[in-house]
Parts: sequence; structure tokens; C-alpha cells
Amino acid sequence: MGYSFTAPDKNWAREPIERTEILWIIIAGSWCLFMFVWMIAWHWIGNQNMNTEAYKTFTDVYAKKTEEFTKQYTVRQDASDPSLPVVAPPPGSDVYIAGSIFQWRPVLELQKGKSYRLHISSLDYVHGFSLQPENINFQAYPGYEQVITVTPNKAGTYGIVCNDYCGLGHHTMLGRIYVKE
Amino acid sequence: MAITTAQSPFRTDPLTGLRIDLTAQALVKTNAVLAVVFLLVGGLAGLLVALTRWPAVHLLPADLFYMALTAHGLVALVVWIVFFEMAVIYFCATSLLNCRLAAPKWAWAQVVLMTVGTAITTVAVLQGESSVMFSAYVPLAAAPHFYLGIILFAVGALIGCFVFWGTLVIAKEEKTYEGSLPLTVYGCMIAVVIAVFTLATGAVILIPAFLWSLGLIKSVDPMMYRVVFWGFGHSSQQINVTAHITIWYTVAGLAFGAKPMSEKVSRTAFLLYICFLQLGSTHHLLSDPGLSASWKIVNTSYMMYLAVLASLIHGLTVPGSIEVAQRRNGLDNGLFEWLRKCPWGNPVFSSTILSIIIFGFIGGISGVVMSVEQINMIIHNTIYVPGHFHGTVAGGTTLAFMGLTYYLVPVLFQRQLILKPLAAIQPWLFGGGMAVFAVALMGAGTLGVPRRHQDMTFAGQALAYDYGGMNQLLMAIGEIGGVISVVGGAAFILIIVGSILMGEPVPANAKCIVAPPADAGGHKKIGMGGFEAPGTFVLALTLFVCLVLYYFVNFKYLATLWPLT
Amino acid sequence: MSNEPVEQQTVLQRVLDDINFIMMLGLVIPTVLYTLWGVMEVASLPIAR
Ligand code: HEM
Ligand SMILES: [Cu+2]
Repeated sequence: MGYSFTAPDKNWAREPIERTEILWIIIAGSWCLFMFVWMIAWHWIGNQNMNTEAYKTFTDVYAKKTEEFTKQYTVRQDASDPSLPVVAPPPGSDVYIAGSIFQWRPVLELQKGKSYRLHISSLDYVHGFSLQPENINFQAYPGYEQVITVTPNKAGTYGIVCNDYCGLGHHTMLGRIYVKE
Repeated sequence: MAITTAQSPFRTDPLTGLRIDLTAQALVKTNAVLAVVFLLVGGLAGLLVALTRWPAVHLLPADLFYMALTAHGLVALVVWIVFFEMAVIYFCATSLLNCRLAAPKWAWAQVVLMTVGTAITTVAVLQGESSVMFSAYVPLAAAPHFYLGIILFAVGALIGCFVFWGTLVIAKEEKTYEGSLPLTVYGCMIAVVIAVFTLATGAVILIPAFLWSLGLIKSVDPMMYRVVFWGFGHSSQQINVTAHITIWYTVAGLAFGAKPMSEKVSRTAFLLYICFLQLGSTHHLLSDPGLSASWKIVNTSYMMYLAVLASLIHGLTVPGSIEVAQRRNGLDNGLFEWLRKCPWGNPVFSSTILSIIIFGFIGGISGVVMSVEQINMIIHNTIYVPGHFHGTVAGGTTLAFMGLTYYLVPVLFQRQLILKPLAAIQPWLFGGGMAVFAVALMGAGTLGVPRRHQDMTFAGQALAYDYGGMNQLLMAIGEIGGVISVVGGAAFILIIVGSILMGEPVPANAKCIVAPPADAGGHKKIGMGGFEAPGTFVLALTLFVCLVLYYFVNFKYLATLWPLT
Repeated sequence: MSNEPVEQQTVLQRVLDDINFIMMLGLVIPTVLYTLWGVMEVASLPIAR
């Protein structure tokens, strides 16, 4: 009687619990509680939290917004790919970036230490927005517009990689952000 | 007790003394054999994928890579595992409850539907129009029969769940067992409940996707799709966790005569699973727009980490029960004599213990950390994710299933294992390779390498991003681990198929339950310092320290990133 | 073997042994906390200006 694969004793719920288990439950349980509190607390004590500001939108509406934004603040064409406009919006402004097969448009130029309201959405499929080498990753949907306030804290050239599968050219899908001192 | 119903003859198995319903046995065998065949298919696809992600080899072109990856995800994750689970639940519900199988005709319908469904979806994938990954996020469209096959498969699995449930009802009515369900059957029951939720959710989302692919409905909202899809996709992983933990308990009992340390604790932990484990579906949506922090936090923490607590309990109590059994058998010296003198060369045992270690230390620690709402932003959709889940579902579930298979082949097929020396090292090859693979991928993912990606070098791209030599190295090491693990997987299939076809018959007087007088020594004092399982406690504390350190390391890294609000 | 009357078993044991109740819990809790709540969050997002 009483193996894992045979019926337990009649009144198994009255059997005492052995010390090894009790102590482990106390230790593990306390840690679980700590992790729960810490995850909530990070919303106040931490600087990296996901904004939940988001809107339902339409791909054509978002495409138009991105296009207008691009026209307004284009400063030059990108040196690596002259077909791509580089857009330098003023600090504090709304910045739009759109994923579509197979690119992230436009290329952005931001200033270090300044905050921007970055809007992310897709014009066709579900894409992954992966900022490298920071390694900050978001999911991007067609029809949903996410807004997140970013404050680049290091200067440099950042890549945006698509890291959710969006079609056979998925691995060629890239974008770029320059952060100036 | 020897009521043999007309429709369902039994045999008494000489090895285990179990009374086995012959219809159930045929179903268990069929499901298990199909499972192993599909493990072969899934493993081969995995090999192709691994050889492509190894930068120096870069085997497949993009279209074939994405096709192979879709096939690998579906066949390894879904087909192999669910077929095996069907075998497990039928076996446990009948042999361990001493009962006949309810509705054998429906059980055969399960086999047929799942097989036909697999065939249809596989054809769709191989035709090349359905390289959409198993998750098939709309509006990425696959051919209609891609969805149809999965739906048929799911219906089959659901039927299997009802057959299991019906068997429990019959066993209770016909009083084939007394008192509560054995823990092993209890665990299967928990897995089946999760499966019912999973499959129902799958229907809710795959049927609209199917109708959409046929053009019958205009669109499916991509975000709604992902929310509901992961209620299916992630919960199916929770079935696997529950199933393999149940197998750990079973093997501890079968191979050591171990008694659960406390039925109360283990069953309560299973209750926590039922209540909260399925909430983990949120893990896939932590870096998604618009979902509130409250929804994310309640769900991702499985309600205050209560299901994590349950896993930590199972992780202690299974090895703990082995320790207690070993100590009662006289291996009571020091902290670890019981562990040193375990049958490390016996694949039933080594698969199980490696499964526990890999699942706990690799899959478990990474899972708890990556499912923190904020930490998720630094691993979401990177190759870290495949690193993590090969620790859970390959190193954990698959290895546990392998261990049980080694045990069941002599019981069900009455054949001895062939190639015993190879069998002795097989779990080490598969598990060791998987561990290297998982850890290396987690490293590369921490450094940003994407998942589901055919070319991390971005050859020829104007905006190419350079992941650097370190990442190429990590991917190479990982995929070498992957290849080793494929060799281990192939060895498994060779041994199992070979044993079934050509193994020596099991001798009449053999016994394969090592049932020591576990209860006889029940009042002897064992262990140290008032602890019956001090060695396990030390090992559990080691895991605990690793988890705590790794948790804070990640937060420290997170704190250096661009501030985000 | 003396059959203890059901009343003698603890509430915990009776709850854990009640498989239909377990099935109910396992279906209702995730459907409410995960699926319905999640879908409502998506459905209630405002339209972009
Ligand atoms: C036998 C050795 C195995 C090897 C070498 C292997 C290798 C791989 C590789 C390289 C990837 C691709 C990661 C990416 O590019 O995103 C992958 C993905 C995956 N593997 Fe495995 N794997 C193995 C076994 C398994 C097993 C046993 C399972 C499940 C039981 C499994 C489930 C998956 C899943 C679900 C994916 C993700 C597919 C997707 O992203 O859609 N693998 N595997
Ligand atoms: Cu993309």
C-alpha cells in the first residue's frame, strides 16, 4: 500500500507532514510572495516598465500618420541605404515607426537623454520589434498602436531586428535608430 | 476481484503483477508506437533546423528552413507528446485502477482522428504553402487543410480525454479500487482537466482561423487570436508538465518502491496546478500592447506564484521520496550515499533523474525569471525562448517519457531491451546534449539573437546588424549540443523499435518492480538532524540559491537599459 | 479493512477526491481570469485619434 501507483492510505489527509517538506514549503512560499511583491513594486522603483497605452487603429490610418511624420522631420537619406529617410523628431514629440514586410520604417535619429513617445505598429502581419544591442523587445500588430516613452541613455547606432516570423523574408527585416550625444 | 467482463479480457502481467486490460494494452501500444515514429520525424526536422541555425553550417535556404521549423514545432511539440500522453493516460486508468477501458471504440476513433489529422497537416506543411510556424498568427495564412488537420487532431485528443474520464467513472462504480485514486492516476486526471481546457480553447481559435482560410469569414483579429491561441498553446505545455511530473512520481515508485513523502502535500500541489497553472498562458503576451499590468501580473505569476510553489514542491518531493526509500533500504550514511548508489546506468532511472534536473535547473529557473512582467521585455522572441522550452519540453518532458518507455516496453510488449550498453548512455546523450543546447541558446538570447530566424548575419542587408562573434560561437556550441541530442534521440528510437521487433522474450520469473519493504522499515529513524531527506533538501537549496541569484542578475541588467515608461 | 465513514475524512481530502469539482475549477478559473479578462482588455482599447 501507498506507492505512487497504488491507492493511498484511507485517511491520507490526516498524516503529518515531514520536516523536510514543511521547511521547504516555508522557504519556497516566502520567495514566491517576495517575487510577486517585487514585480508590482518595480512599477514604482524601476525605470523599465511597459506602458499600457495602446489604441485600436487601422493599417491605412497608421501608414498615413507615419508618412506625415516622416515628411515633417526628414533630415537626410540614410548613408547605408539611400532609399531610406532618416527622421530626427524634436525631443518630447510623438515618434512613429511602422513594420511591414520586410522593413522597419523610417530610420530614426534621437538625442541621448531626451524622451520620446514612440508609437509602434505593423502595416500587415505580426512582427517583432527587437532593439539591439539593448535587447528590448515588443510584439507589433497590424491594427493596434502601442505608445511607449523611451529615453535613450547611450549614444550609438541601434539595430531593429524583426524577431517574430512574418513570412519568407522575415530574416531580412531590419530598421535602425541613431542616438546622438 | 477477478471479475473478467466478457468484452474485455485481462492478462496478469508477470513482471509487475498488474492486471492489464487487453484492449487498453493494444491502444497503449498503438499510441506509444505512433508517438515514437513521430518523435523520429520531429527529431529529423529539428536536426535540419539546428544545422541551419549553426552559422558555420547554415544548411537550408529560407523557404525550407521555415518549412522545417513549422514541421519541427508541430510534430515534436504536439504530435509526439500528445500521442504519448494518450498512451500514458490509458495505461494508468486501466492497469493501475484494475479496470477495463471505457468505450474502446471511441478510443480507436481517437487514434484514427489524431493520425489522420497529423497526416493532413503534415502534407499541408510539406506542400510549402503553410510555413507559418505552429502558432500560425493571423493574418499570416496557411492552406485550409493545415488548420483542418490540427482541428481533427485536437478532436481526437479530446475524445481520448473523455475515454479516460469515463474509465475513472466506471472504476469508481464497479469499485475496482478502494479509497482515493492512486497519486499517479490523480496526476493523469489533473493533466486531463488541463487538456480539456486547452483543447476547448484551441477549438475556439482554430475553427475561426480555418473558416477564415476558406474565405468564409472576413478576418480574425490578430491580437484576439494571439490571446486565445496561447490559452491553447501554453496550456498544452502545462499538460506536459503535469504529465511528466506524474511520471516522475510513478518511476520513483516503480524503480525504488518509493512512497510519496506526503500524499497531502503532493495532491494539494496538484490542486494548485488545476487552479492556477493555466494562467501562465500570459507569458507569451507580456510584451504585447495594451494589456493591463493587473491582467499580466495576476496571470503571469500564476496568482501570486502559487503554481510555481507547487512545482517547487514536486521538485523536492519526488527526489525526496527516492531518498527516503533508499535510506530505508540501508543507504543511510551521510548526505548523499543514497544518491551515489542509485542505478545510474539504468535508463529508466537516469532518464527520470536527468529530466528532474534539467527541468528544474534549466527550464524551471529560466521560466520563472523570464515570466517576470518586466524581465520579459529583454528575452521576448529571442532564441532564449527556445533555449528555455527545450529545457522544459525536450530535456524535461521528452526525457521523462523516454524513461517511462524503457520501463513499459518489457511490460507491454513482453520483450527485453536490446543494446543495453547503448541504452545506459542514451539518456546522457539526449539530456546532456539538450542541456548544452538550452543553456547556449539562453546565452545567445540574452545577447539578443532572434528566434525563428534563418540568417542572424543578415548577409547582404544594407541595415545589417552585427550580433558579434560571441553570439556566433554560442549558436555553434548550442547546435553542437543539439546534434548530440539528436544522436541520443536516434539511439532511443533504435533501441525501442529494435526491442519491440527483436528483443528477447521476458523470462518468466523476472520482476520489474523493485518493491523493497518500504513500509516494514517505517518506524526506523532515518536521515539527519530530524530531516528524513536531508540530501534532497540541500539540493533543493542549491536550486533555490541559483534561482535567487539569477533573478537579481536579470534585474540588475534590466536597470541599465533605456528607461521605458 | 475498516471502512471509515466519509464524514471522518478531512474537507481537504473530500475536495481533492471530487474529480468533477476539480474539472469545474480547472475550466472556470482560467476561462475567467485569463481568457475572458484578456479578451475584454483587447476589446476595450480605445480607437486611435
Ligand atoms: C532532438 C533534438 C532537438 C533539436 C536539435 C532541436 C532544435 C531546435 C531548433 C534549432 C529550433 C529553432 C529555434 C529557432 O530558430 O527559433 C527548435 C525549435 C523548436 N523546438 Fe526543437 N529541437 C529538438 C527537440 C525538440 C523536442 C523534443 C521538442 C518538443 C517536444 C521540440 C520543440 C520545439 C519547438 C516547439 C520549437 C519552436 C518552433 C517555433 O518557433 O515555432 N524540440 N528546435
Ligand atoms: Cu517581420
